[in-house]
Amino acid sequence: MQETISFTPQVGTSGIAQMLCLIPAVPVVASGVIALLKQPMRKTAATLAVGSLSFSLLLSLFAFAHVVSGWSHGHAVREVVNFTWIHVGATNVDLGCVLDPLSAVMLVMVCFVGLLIFIYSTGYMVHDENCTRFFCFMSLFAGAMLGVVIANSLLLLFMGWELVGLTSYLLIGFWYQKPSAAAAAKKAFLTTRVGDVFFLLGMVWLASGTGTLLFYNNGGGSMEAGALASLLGQHACWGLTAAGAIGLLIFAGAAGKSGQFPLHVWLPDAMEGPTPVSALIHAATMVAAGVYLIARVYPLMAAGSLLGGTTTALTVVTWVGAFTAVFAALIAVAQDDIKRILAYSTVSQLGYMMAGLGMGGVAVGMFHLITHAFFKALLFMGAGSVIHGCHDEQNIRKMGGLKADMPLTFVTYAAGMLALCGVPIFAGFWSKDGILEAGSHWSVSKGPVALLIFGALLTAFYMTRQVAYVFFGHWRGHKPAHESSAVMTIPLVILAIFACVLGLFGTPAWPWFQSFLGGRATPVEFRALLEPNVLLVSGVSVFVVLLGIVLAWWLYGDKSPKPDQPDVLQKAVPMPWAWLRNRLYVDEFYGVTFIAFYAWWARIADWLDRRVWGGAVSGVAVAFRGWAQVNRLLDTHVVDGTFDKGCEELSTGGGLLSRIQNGQIQAYLRWLALAVVVLAAILIWSSRA
Amino acid sequence: MTIVFYLIAAITVAGALAAMLLKNTVHCALALTVAFAGLAIQFLELDAQFAGFAQILVYIGAVAILIVFAILLTRGSETPKDGVFSKSWLAGLVIAALVFAVLGWAVLNSTSVLPGETAKPAVSVLQIGNALIGRYVLPLEIVAVLLTSALIGAVIVARQEKGSAK
Amino acid sequence: MGPLTLVQVTPLQGYLLLAAVLFAIGLAGALTRRNAILVLIGIELMLNAANLNLIAFWRYGPHPEALTGMMFAIFSIAVAAAEAAVGLGLVIHIYRFTHTTDLDQINRMKG
Repeated sequence: MQETISFTPQVGTSGIAQMLCLIPAVPVVASGVIALLKQPMRKTAATLAVGSLSFSLLLSLFAFAHVVSGWSHGHAVREVVNFTWIHVGATNVDLGCVLDPLSAVMLVMVCFVGLLIFIYSTGYMVHDENCTRFFCFMSLFAGAMLGVVIANSLLLLFMGWELVGLTSYLLIGFWYQKPSAAAAAKKAFLTTRVGDVFFLLGMVWLASGTGTLLFYNNGGGSMEAGALASLLGQHACWGLTAAGAIGLLIFAGAAGKSGQFPLHVWLPDAMEGPTPVSALIHAATMVAAGVYLIARVYPLMAAGSLLGGTTTALTVVTWVGAFTAVFAALIAVAQDDIKRILAYSTVSQLGYMMAGLGMGGVAVGMFHLITHAFFKALLFMGAGSVIHGCHDEQNIRKMGGLKADMPLTFVTYAAGMLALCGVPIFAGFWSKDGILEAGSHWSVSKGPVALLIFGALLTAFYMTRQVAYVFFGHWRGHKPAHESSAVMTIPLVILAIFACVLGLFGTPAWPWFQSFLGGRATPVEFRALLEPNVLLVSGVSVFVVLLGIVLAWWLYGDKSPKPDQPDVLQKAVPMPWAWLRNRLYVDEFYGVTFIAFYAWWARIADWLDRRVWGGAVSGVAVAFRGWAQVNRLLDTHVVDGTFDKGCEELSTGGGLLSRIQNGQIQAYLRWLALAVVVLAAILIWSSRA
Repeated sequence: MTIVFYLIAAITVAGALAAMLLKNTVHCALALTVAFAGLAIQFLELDAQFAGFAQILVYIGAVAILIVFAILLTRGSETPKDGVFSKSWLAGLVIAALVFAVLGWAVLNSTSVLPGETAKPAVSVLQIGNALIGRYVLPLEIVAVLLTSALIGAVIVARQEKGSAK
Repeated sequence: MGPLTLVQVTPLQGYLLLAAVLFAIGLAGALTRRNAILVLIGIELMLNAANLNLIAFWRYGPHPEALTGMMFAIFSIAVAAAEAAVGLGLVIHIYRFTHTTDLDQINRMKG
């Protein structure tokens, strides 16, 4: 079911629309100020970061309220504030901010979750000596992410996108002295770069095809009817229109950032960063930026679709998302690092979001994004609390029985886990159901929805496995564990509440979220819950989830095998287990193919650089030196030589001439007479002629 | 061209040659006198009587005597040991020959508009006197100064300085 | 009729040739004789030859009544006399210092 959102675009006149640019600007400025602080000034840095993001949250809430009030009065709000950045002759490069339901919802989510994580990290990172640098980067990240959200121009979005990638690199490699952290940061940057190249290509194509990179510009933007019609008219290759091709290119960029197959390899390694970084960047916000991007350019991706049909771009998005969901969930089953399981889970859920966008439209995908942000952040922060309490232990095989030692963490973590699995009432259930329901209607194929249901089974399985290993059984570590401080647990509680309650905003009975994004009014209809299709899908998903939980509990339950003993499944199916444990050898495959090729190419380039170009340069240098030698020789022998010779000749000649003056009068007389003869001859000769 | 001319010319040339070729310097001076006399007669032939007599008076009467005095004062009458001609006498001869060649060539090849024979000019001493005082008074005065200064100069130059000469 | 009439020589040219001969002889002597006084004799000869030239041109020239040639010759004689006096005085003076009139040996002014 596609949604065609039709807003009447307005030029931003409200005060909040004018102040929209402050929302990302304040955290960026705070980051700059923190950068100037000395390292020991941790409290100042933390205060600045938290304060700036609170201010942004406040403004975001204002913006959200403005949009909601507009929506409740019946007219859809989309206000844009555009300005020209560069004049180049006749063409301009425009940038702008947009305030509509999509950006308002995203703003509130990013600021709220971000603020909670900032507060959490004041407790988590307080002992680290580089705490100030941490808050500087986190603040910069927050500003950049907010910039991505409010961008009305693909160029401005790209700028924020790149900045987000940069801060992700800086934060993954925060403990850069660890070689694994530095390598992970590099891997993240390079892998997302691959996607960004395609993104840039798509952006350039869009700019040349429509003449503008603004999304909405009073009818002239690239997401508006006129531009889309012209793009549909242009044909690319393989039967695609320009719109579809650009959409696919932009999706490639989103796939890099959101960790879709095959560019997912960086996300698990990104767990080398501190846990708040994993929570904020690699769970809630940055990886969601890819999904947000697809939601933003959805008109482009959906352009040309007939009613009830779909476009090539959206089909590709759906299949990639569905495949990734299952792929990552399979790998997560066999991992032992607490954060790594959650990382693969994130990849899998991002696949769900992409599939939801592709099959169900913006609202379906975005709903899951919002709910996922909350419970994934919760899960990561809970994991951080567990790691902190277990004295920096991350292997779940060495934990156990924390239900008694860390009760608050256990309860909040359980809430998050249930939300993620999709147990009814919790947030994840409603959002995941929305995706499955959209998938069941999908005209192209029922394949994705089958994959997604299988994925739901796996999700329930590995989460239950993780919870069983960590919180149940008995403690297998060395030192006893302890609960974390209040500054860390209170954000957990807040997020847990949201994890429970947030789903109620998007149930079929009261689809507030979907209609808010769609600009329609929403009735409260409990009967919608009982529609046959809805009931069927909900039933199937609940069954699958319960199946997964029961299966995992049966295998892992309260037993706590020793760390050196093999896993239950490993004993049962050793070969598949080994594959899954080794992450299906994707990294190794890349190492053998792309990286080996790249290394070979780098060797060639190095040889070229040293021998050919370097040779050419030294050749030029040698030629110059040779030329200088030639010049020197010329100067010494030819110029000086001739000059010296000339002077010698001159003095010799002078010496010769001076011999005439020998003091003998008669000799002088003779010369005189001779001269007279010559002169006379000349005179007579010339007068005769 | 009359016989007289050739005769007098022969005498003059002979005297000049003798003046230049003889070994004894006094003989040279005397031969010079002969040459001067010949020239004086040529002047008379050319109807320049005043010039001819002035030639005799001045050159023969004064210059030649002066030369003899100088020869005697410088022991020139003795024949020198190394010969009378300089080591590179041939070069001088050649140059003199060249000069003669040029002069002769100029004389013989000139397209002159001068007539062959002209009337005899009648010049009286009165005319010469008038010319001297009239038209040529400035040269006259200057020559007077010149002669005075030459006189004084010659005396100074030839004077024996006290204690300097041996 | 003399031998020169065969060559179509005017009287003027005859006198000029005579003067040229005398001049050449005087020059030859001035350039070759060692004795300084003989050089002066040669110079006197040259001057006389020039005087002959002047008188010849006056006699056979366009305006003999202007007396230009004669005057020139007379002044030349006067100047020659003065010059001979000074020149001989110099020779005597040099003789006193160097005790020789041999020009080959008087080369203290050499460069």
